[in-house]
Amino acid sequence: MHEHDVLVVGAGGAGLRAAIAAHEEGADVALVTKLHPVRSHTGAAEGGINAVLREGDSWEDHAYDTMKGSDYLGDAPAVETLCQDSPEETIQLEHWGMPFSREEDGRVSQRPFGGLSFPRTTYAGAETGHHLLHTLYQQVVKRGIEVYDEWYVTRLAVTDHEEPEDRKCHGVVAFDVMSGEVRGFRARNGVILATGGPGQVFDHTTNAVSNTGDGPAMAYRAGVPMEDMEFIQFHPTTLPSTGVLISEGVRGEGGILYNELGERFMFEHGYASNAGELASRDVVSRAELTEVNEGRGIEDEYVHLDMRHLGEERIIDRLENILHLASDFEGVDGLVEPMPVKPGQHYAMGGIETDENGETCIDGLYAAGECACVSVHGANRLGGNALPELIVFGARAGRHAAGTDLGETLIETGRTEDSETGEIDTPVVPGSIHADEDAVADGGPDVGDSESRRAESDGGSREGGASVVPEATEIVERAVEAENRRIDHLMEKDEGVQQAELREKLQKSMTRNVNVFRTEEGLKQALRDIREVREQYEDVYVDDPSRTFNTDLQQTIEMRNLIDTAEAITLGALARDEFRGAHWRAEFQERRDEEWLKHTLLSWNDGTPELWFKPVILEGEEKTYEPKIRSY
Amino acid sequence: MSTQLEERETEAEVDAGHSEPRSAYQERRLDDKEKRREQRERERQDEERAEEAENTVHIKVFRYDPEVAEKQEPRFDDFHVPFEKGMTVLDAVMYARDHHDSSLTFRHSCRQAICGSDAFFINGRQRLGCQTQIADLETPVRVEPLPHKEVVKDLVVDMDHFFDQMEAVEPYFQTNEAPDSDLDEQRQSRENREKIKMGTRCIWCACCQSSCNIAAGDNEFLGPAAISMAYRFAMDEREGGDMKEHRLRIVEQEHGVWRCQTQFSCTNVCPKDIPLTEHIQELKREAVKKNLKFW
Ligand SMILES: Cc1cc2nc3c(=O)[nH]c(=O)nc-3n(C[C@H](O)[C@H](O)[C@H](O)COP(=O)(O)OP(=O)(O)OC[C@H]3O[C@@H](n4cnc5c(N)ncnc54)[C@H](O)[C@@H]3O)c2cc1C
Ligand code: SF4
Ligand code: FES
Repeated sequence: MHEHDVLVVGAGGAGLRAAIAAHEEGADVALVTKLHPVRSHTGAAEGGINAVLREGDSWEDHAYDTMKGSDYLGDAPAVETLCQDSPEETIQLEHWGMPFSREEDGRVSQRPFGGLSFPRTTYAGAETGHHLLHTLYQQVVKRGIEVYDEWYVTRLAVTDHEEPEDRKCHGVVAFDVMSGEVRGFRARNGVILATGGPGQVFDHTTNAVSNTGDGPAMAYRAGVPMEDMEFIQFHPTTLPSTGVLISEGVRGEGGILYNELGERFMFEHGYASNAGELASRDVVSRAELTEVNEGRGIEDEYVHLDMRHLGEERIIDRLENILHLASDFEGVDGLVEPMPVKPGQHYAMGGIETDENGETCIDGLYAAGECACVSVHGANRLGGNALPELIVFGARAGRHAAGTDLGETLIETGRTEDSETGEIDTPVVPGSIHADEDAVADGGPDVGDSESRRAESDGGSREGGASVVPEATEIVERAVEAENRRIDHLMEKDEGVQQAELREKLQKSMTRNVNVFRTEEGLKQALRDIREVREQYEDVYVDDPSRTFNTDLQQTIEMRNLIDTAEAITLGALARDEFRGAHWRAEFQERRDEEWLKHTLLSWNDGTPELWFKPVILEGEEKTYEPKIRSY
Repeated sequence: MSTQLEERETEAEVDAGHSEPRSAYQERRLDDKEKRREQRERERQDEERAEEAENTVHIKVFRYDPEVAEKQEPRFDDFHVPFEKGMTVLDAVMYARDHHDSSLTFRHSCRQAICGSDAFFINGRQRLGCQTQIADLETPVRVEPLPHKEVVKDLVVDMDHFFDQMEAVEPYFQTNEAPDSDLDEQRQSRENREKIKMGTRCIWCACCQSSCNIAAGDNEFLGPAAISMAYRFAMDEREGGDMKEHRLRIVEQEHGVWRCQTQFSCTNVCPKDIPLTEHIQELKREAVKKNLKFW
């Protein structure tokens, strides 16, 4: 068993920043990641990172834009923290040598981005994420922080107290992708999940193949609620064939969207008469699909994004990477032709419920980055606001896990007095199939399964004051055993269904039914499909008999996470009978503030998702953000 | 091509001892499983032949697994996958894996030429699978692991040596002249950023190192990517003069810049168009200038 003070799972922007912060506080920290750090998806971010750096701009304005962009579902304390900490964190990157684009006077460049009242998106060409990721990894190398790369984390080692709020996280279980060996990792202080987005739930996505929602699904099964999962951001400009992203920077620099008739539809069809192409992402995505649905799309599928008029020099200076992407992946020369674009899944606003320090309701379990939901993005994320989230909340989680006192938090996690239970009418029973031995194939519940409960009541850890809490190492060892059982089961079984088939089915249904436009029937259909996939998953097996670099095994375990994540997204979407931010419902065309200024939460509850709510916090440090109509 | 395969075979032998001892029970399970796999494989091939006439692309993929009896001898497997416009080599191997043989193993993630994990030897050249259009290649398309690297399984190679070389050049920013205030930037001129720009684009794919004859013969040679990384920092005006000298000293060592014989193979294969040979040459010139000072 490995042992460290702080374990960070995932080495994208959030994980690396967390590890550096914990290290700076003197903790012995290690990163455990299924990919080598420089392979993380943060490297794909293009457009930039929002930070207030110039005269004439203020963190209050940034906070206002973010709250408005969130459609008043962001929690003000988190949003204000983001906007206050981001300048220092961004300049910290600059001090670490990040090659930002520069102005004549040598200062870092900033550009306009959708939904921002000031051009505060700081960038490094159209490859900001690549530079951010590499700069952070360089600092990790410099500090000699331990990295277990190509180790796939499959389970959290959490005590099984009845209430999640009483549980404690002692570590994780992972297997070495190279050799297949399963090992326990004990964390003396805390585990930080930084596993990135769940884009692979959909089949047309800008996300990497490795973005499979592992963190949220594992935390969920350990008892942490998933928050606001229905809010999925669809980016309006992805290449139709692959989902590769064409950065918002193109529109920021003045790129124009046209329909088949050559109309500048954002203006001409009144979708956003002021901001036009720079309206926020949900608005532009819906506009494009409406054009396509009304027969003004090109080849009934996409629209055109034109940047030719910007001129070669400016394009090469600021958007060179876009030229490569358009030509490598779509065969289009952006200097002489417009680029085909359509909306694609891009970002998950929801995730693991945390407070401003990244801590969850389970003691010692943290989350940061896209897998988390501190709720800075609410119902819709502004472009350029994810990268600051990684470094601001990554650093805070790292510091807090290392034992630094960061003061009181205003966001409460887990069930509180304000929690309100909810109900949804579902066409099938969501969640657990059955709890017999075969559930091992299903990953089994991470805590509180009948077997370990029984063991508990024999050994007596939970009930009564006289109980002995099993040692941390024992908790980790037990988790390792459970994981070995599951993996052996998957490996030894030699017929049934393979994950690739299930994955395709799930992704197709999600893209058809839980997309930009959502209907009640579509959502119900998705739930039926997810149920079917979940049932078939009981019969899943790994065909590759080898323990060496078994990606079949890894993908089979990921598949389980995709199922739980997809279900949470769909349940949230069905529950929220209003139209807010990225969440559009055919039957409900109004934002309903009286009822819905609240977050949706889903808890595991022995495998059957339980829905509940908590109010959104609109009260900031000095002012309260009054919901206004969102117009651009 | 055939030399390529021979090389693999030797590597395979070296590698075969990699797995841990197994119980008789485990062995039996593996055998049974293998038999059933072979049966399915035969059925699949029959089906495939029937489909072959359609619009498919033929790929030949290198296979090797130290743990599986029939794969201990390296071989090529043929796959016929439906062709679609815009299809990349990565799309084709993913299709083959998802529809024909789930044990086909390779690294990949971003699908957009930025994570650097799917560098393969495609039709005799180092390229990123995701960045290479099938339509641009002669068929059958041969997909092999990167040459001069130990094969772990199928297309997966051991990257440790490459990472070690990258880390040997102190690939992190170091300066004593950082501004006092947390909000003050270190000014950098546009020209200077332009100068280091290409060097910052490296995605650590190892195509260059794999293509370099000298690196193949001299395991300690830092290699093009690491030297270019050193260039990126040495030329960064924000680091200051002392640091530059320190960096030059690193690349000037015995297995550094002087080993380069300007064959340009690295520059030719780099998927990010980094002018590697040029960077190495410039460092040689700088090193000479620095030495002159002391003479
Ligand atoms: C194409 C694209 C462009 C974008 N552009 C911008 C932009 O311009 N500005 C902006 O603000 N935001 C942008 N975003 C959003 C932003 O980049 C992401 O939200 C962010 O990078 C996510 O970072 P992360 O650290 O949370 O996760 P990631 O970078 O995805 O890292 C996840 C890490 O977790 C590891 N991991 C996952 N599961 C496991 C497991 N089970 N075991 C072990 N390790 C695991 C992975 O190996 C990886 O290291 C963009 C996103 C995309 C997809
Ligand atoms: S220099 Fe080019 S070829 Fe070499 S590792 Fe970097 S990106 Fe790959
Ligand atoms: S998959 Fe990332 S570079 Fe090809």
